[in-house]
Amino acid sequence: MREDTIAAIATAAGEGGIGIVRISGEESLEILNKVFVPVSNNIKNRMLSYGHIKDPSSGKVIDEVMSVYMRGPHSYTAEDVVEIQCHGSSVSLMRILDLVLKNGARLAERGEFTKRAFLNGRLDLTQAEAVIDLIKAKTEKTFDVALNQLEGLYSEKIRDIRADLVDVLVNLTVNIDYPDEDIEELTYSKLEESLNDINNKIVKLLSTSDTGRIIREGLKVSIVGKPNVGKSSLMNALMGENRAIVTDIPGTTRDTIEESITIKNIPIVLTDTAGIHETDDVIEQIGIEKSKESFNKADLIIFVLDSSRALEEEDKKIIDHIGIRKTIVLLNKQDKGAVLSVEEIKTLIPEAVVLESTLVEGAGIDALAQAIESMVYGGEVSQGDNVMVTNVRHKNLLDEGNRCISDALSMIETRQPLEFIEIDVNRCYEALGEIIGETASDIIDKVFERFCLGK
Amino acid sequence: MDYILMGDYDIIVVGAGHAGCEAALASARMGNKTLMFSMNLEAVAMMPCNPSIGGTGKGHLVREIDALGGEMAINIDKTFLQSKMLNTAKGPAVHSLRAQADKNKYHIEMKKTIESTPNLDMKQGEVTDLVIEDGVVKGVRTNTFTQYNSKAVILATGTFLGGKIFIGSSAYESGPNGLAPSNLLTKNLKAHGMKLRRFKTGTPARCLGSSLDYSKMVEQKGDEKTVPFSFMNDSIGENQISCWLTYTNEETHKVIRDNFHRSALFGGQIEGIGPRYCPSIEDKVNRFADKERHQTFIEPEGLDTDEMYIQGMSSSLPEDVQEAFYKTIPGLENLRITRPAYAIEYDCIDPQDLKLNLETRFIENLFCAGQFNGSSGYEEAAAQGLMAGINASLKISGKNPLILGRDEAYIGVLIDDLVTKGTNEPYRIMTSRAEYRLVLRQDNADLRLTDKGYAIGLASEERYQRYLTKKNNVAMEAERLRNKTLTPAEVNGFLEKHGTTIVSSRISMEEMLKRPQIQYADLSEIDDETRPELSYHEITQLEVQIKYEGYIKKQIAQIERFKRLEDKKLSQDIDYSAIEGLRIEAYQKLNQIKPVSVGQASRISGVSPADINVLLVYLEKKRRGR
Repeated sequence: MREDTIAAIATAAGEGGIGIVRISGEESLEILNKVFVPVSNNIKNRMLSYGHIKDPSSGKVIDEVMSVYMRGPHSYTAEDVVEIQCHGSSVSLMRILDLVLKNGARLAERGEFTKRAFLNGRLDLTQAEAVIDLIKAKTEKTFDVALNQLEGLYSEKIRDIRADLVDVLVNLTVNIDYPDEDIEELTYSKLEESLNDINNKIVKLLSTSDTGRIIREGLKVSIVGKPNVGKSSLMNALMGENRAIVTDIPGTTRDTIEESITIKNIPIVLTDTAGIHETDDVIEQIGIEKSKESFNKADLIIFVLDSSRALEEEDKKIIDHIGIRKTIVLLNKQDKGAVLSVEEIKTLIPEAVVLESTLVEGAGIDALAQAIESMVYGGEVSQGDNVMVTNVRHKNLLDEGNRCISDALSMIETRQPLEFIEIDVNRCYEALGEIIGETASDIIDKVFERFCLGK
Repeated sequence: MDYILMGDYDIIVVGAGHAGCEAALASARMGNKTLMFSMNLEAVAMMPCNPSIGGTGKGHLVREIDALGGEMAINIDKTFLQSKMLNTAKGPAVHSLRAQADKNKYHIEMKKTIESTPNLDMKQGEVTDLVIEDGVVKGVRTNTFTQYNSKAVILATGTFLGGKIFIGSSAYESGPNGLAPSNLLTKNLKAHGMKLRRFKTGTPARCLGSSLDYSKMVEQKGDEKTVPFSFMNDSIGENQISCWLTYTNEETHKVIRDNFHRSALFGGQIEGIGPRYCPSIEDKVNRFADKERHQTFIEPEGLDTDEMYIQGMSSSLPEDVQEAFYKTIPGLENLRITRPAYAIEYDCIDPQDLKLNLETRFIENLFCAGQFNGSSGYEEAAAQGLMAGINASLKISGKNPLILGRDEAYIGVLIDDLVTKGTNEPYRIMTSRAEYRLVLRQDNADLRLTDKGYAIGLASEERYQRYLTKKNNVAMEAERLRNKTLTPAEVNGFLEKHGTTIVSSRISMEEMLKRPQIQYADLSEIDDETRPELSYHEITQLEVQIKYEGYIKKQIAQIERFKRLEDKKLSQDIDYSAIEGLRIEAYQKLNQIKPVSVGQASRISGVSPADINVLLVYLEKKRRGR
C-alpha cells in the first residue's frame, strides 16, 4: 500500500544537544539522498552515516549531521524510515524539516508515526487506545491552537488569495463546462494575469509569514520605552551574552540601532528605538517615524518601564500603541524601590508578559530569555504541535500553493489545455484552505451564483 | 379488491423513459425475463424537453453507457440530425459530443429495439402499488387490478409521479407533455414508508419554424465531420439541419418583469426545488438583472415536424405573457406557439436512502433510477437506469454488484454523489464534479468499461471484440511510432511546414506526435507502408495517449492514492455508535449512509479526517481479532 512520506521533529524543541528529524514512508531514502551529502561512502541500511545537510536548490550547507536509514519493515513504523541527527538548536531542526518537506515529504500529523506503527502491525493491541487518544487530542486541541496562532491579518490574507482563486476556478469551470453559453471567454492572457497576481500575493505572504522569515531572518524584536528607563542596559545585557555573534547591520540610521543576536538558539533582530513621543524637532521627528515603523513591523515588543516612577503620558501613548501586539513588559530598576506593580501593568496590557528586572545588575535577563523562547514555541514545548511546527505546516502549504501556481503558469506559457491548468489551480485552492481549516469546495455553487446558465 | 395475477417475471421496470428503457434492456440482455411498464407507450424514450443528447459531462455518460452495453448512443447515432464536438479548443478530457435528435424518430427507434429484444415485454398500464412481503418487493399491481410478480422492481417514474404542471395561475395534475400523471403509486409508496419530496423542472415553448424569420438569427451548423457516439459505429451520416441563435433584449426583460407577479414561480404555488443550472427565463431576468441579453438557440424537434424548441427560455408565465415576450426576440416577432412553456413538479426520493447499487435501503430488491432519484437530464437518467438494470439482475442471481468508482467513470461520480452526498436540487453531471477527469475521457470509455460490461454478460461479443481490436491496434501503433525514428534530413522539411522546430538528431514518430502542431494524420506525409489503417476511435485514442502521457500518468498516481481508502471495505452491519472515538455527528451519518468503504465514508459531510483515522484503527483492531 502506498502512503505519503511524512516527516517531523522527533525530539522536544529547545532542549538537549542533539535533535532528530524523522522521516517515514516510501520516499524516505529518496528525500535523504536529495538533502544529505555523506562525507564518505553511500548510505547503508541501519548504518550511521556522517555528512552535511545541503539545500539542493541553493547548494547551501545547513548543518553537520549524522543520518541513518532503516529499511522497512524493520523500523518503528514498519515503513522505510530515515532519521537525521543534527544540532539540537531549534533553528537547525526547523531548517532541516523545512528542507525535507520541500523535497517531497508531508508534515506528520500529531501521532501519525504511532498510528502508522499500529496500522502496520508494529504495536500491540493494548496500544490501540493510546492511538485513538492521540487522534482525538488532535481534533479537540490542535486545530484550535493552530487557529489561535494565526493572526487575524494573516488568515485574512489567505482568505483574500482564496477569493481570487475562486474567481479563477469559477471562470475555468464555466468555460470548461458551459462552452455554449454567452459568457466571457477566459483567454490565456487573462488567466496569466490573474495567476500572476495570485502568485505575487503568495510569495509576499511567504516572505512575511512568521516561520519562513524567522527561519531565514530571525525574530524581529523592538525595544521601546521613554529615555532613561534602561533600554541601553538591556541592549548591552542581551548583546553581552552574545558578544561573539553580534554584528552591525549596515544601512541602519543612527536613530534606530539594529543588532542580530541569538537567544536560546532563536535568531533575533533587535531594534532599539528612539521613542515615540511628540516633538517639533525635525531630526528627532525622523527618528520617531523610524521607531514607529520598526514598532509596527516587530514580531515581539519589549517595553521597558522604570518601575520606580509612576506612569507618564509617554508611557500611556506607548501602551495605546501596543494594542494587541505580542509584548513583554520589563519593570526595570526594581532596586530603586518599585511603585509600579505587575498587576497594575496587567490591567493595562492584559495580553502582555510582565517581568521584573534590574538590568544594570543583569537581574531578569534569564527570565526574559525564557519568556521569548516560550513565546516563539507557544509556551508548551512538546513534540509535534508547537507553534513553530504549526507555522512550518502553514509555510509548507503556502510553498505548495506557490509551486502549483508556478506549474500552472508554465502550462499557460506552452498553451496547455484549460482543464490541465485547473488541476493545479484547484490544488492551490485546497492547500490554502487547509491552512485556515476550510476544506469544503463551493466552486460549483459559486458558478451558478455568478453565471446565468441554462438549457 | 382482488388482483388477478397476470404474469411472473424476473424484473419489472416501472417507467419507459431514458432510465426505464436502459434498465429494461440491460435486464433482458442479461438473460432476465423482463417487463417494462409505461403509462403510455407513445412515451417510450420520449424527450419532453430539449431535442438533444450529450454535451459536457453528459456526452461522457452516453459513451460510458455505450461502453457497458447500453442503448442510448446507438439510438442517437440512428436518429441524430446534427453532430457537434464541443470544447475542441480545450483538451481531450473535456471534449464533449452533442447531437441534435429527431425526437419522434428517437422514440420510434428505441421502441423498435425494445420490441425486438428477447426476454423483454412492454406493456401500457399504470402501476399503482408494489407487492412487498417481509421487506422484500415481490411484484407490482396496476390500476386495472392486475398483479405481476417479480424478483426485483426498478422504479423509473420520471416526472409522472405526482406530476403537476404550472402555467401562470393555472396548476393542474399532469405528467410531462400533457400525459396523465401517476398519483396512486405515489400515495402507496408513502404508505410503504418511502420518504418522498418535491422537485421541479420546466421546459420552454415550441413554435412553428415557418413562423420564424431566420434572417435575423445566426446559423449554427454542425461539425463538418460528424462523429458517432457509439463505439460500435465508425461513421454516421451527414448533418441534416441547422440550429439558430438569437438573443433576448431589454424589451423582453421588461415584459417579463412587468408580469413577475403572474408567474407561478414567484406566486408561491410551486413548492418543488428547481435546478439552478436550468433556470426559467423569469428566474434569469430576476437573478441577473444587469445582464442585457440572454441567448437562445432555436432547435428543430425533428424532420417530420415544423415544431421548433426555444432553448434557454423555459417559463411558468401565463400564455399571453409567454407570447408577448417571445415575440420581442429578433426573428420570433410573428411566432406561432404550438405548445406553451410550463413548469412541472414531481415526487422523488432522497437518494441518500439508496445504496451504491441503487437499491433502496429499506425495501429489498427495489431499485430506483433517473429523476426519481433526484437527478435531471436524459443522460443522467439513462446512466442510472442502466446501472439499476445491471445491479437488479446481479442481485437476483446472487452475484456481486457492479459499483463503478469515481476513478473509473462519470457514472461512478454521478451515483456516488447522489448516494453519498445527497442533493438538494435536480442533479446534473458536470466534468468539474469528477476529480480525475484527465482519465475519465469520452474517447476511452470503452477501454475503461467494456470488459466490465462483457464480464457481466451485457456487452455483446461483437462489442467486446471491437474493444479488443481497438486496444490492440492502438498499442501496436504506439509501439511502432515509438520505435520508428527518422533523420533530420527526412523530417526537418515536414517539421518546418507544420510550424514546429527542426531537429539535429534522429527523432521518433512518437516524439513528433507529442508536439501540439502535429496530428496523427500529418505523420502520413513522412510515414511508410508499415502505417496501418486506423479507425476514427483508434486514432483519437492514440493521439490522446501519446500527447498527454505525462499528465495522464500524474493523474493515475493520484488515483492510486485515492484507491487506498476505497479498498478498505466496511461491512454493512457495523454499528458506528459503538466505535469509541467517533464524534456523535459522524456516527449518526455513518449509521445512516452505511458506506461500503473508508473512502466513501470520507466523502460524507460531517465525517472528519480524524473520524477516518478512528475507523482505520477500528478496522485494524478488528483484523487482529478484537
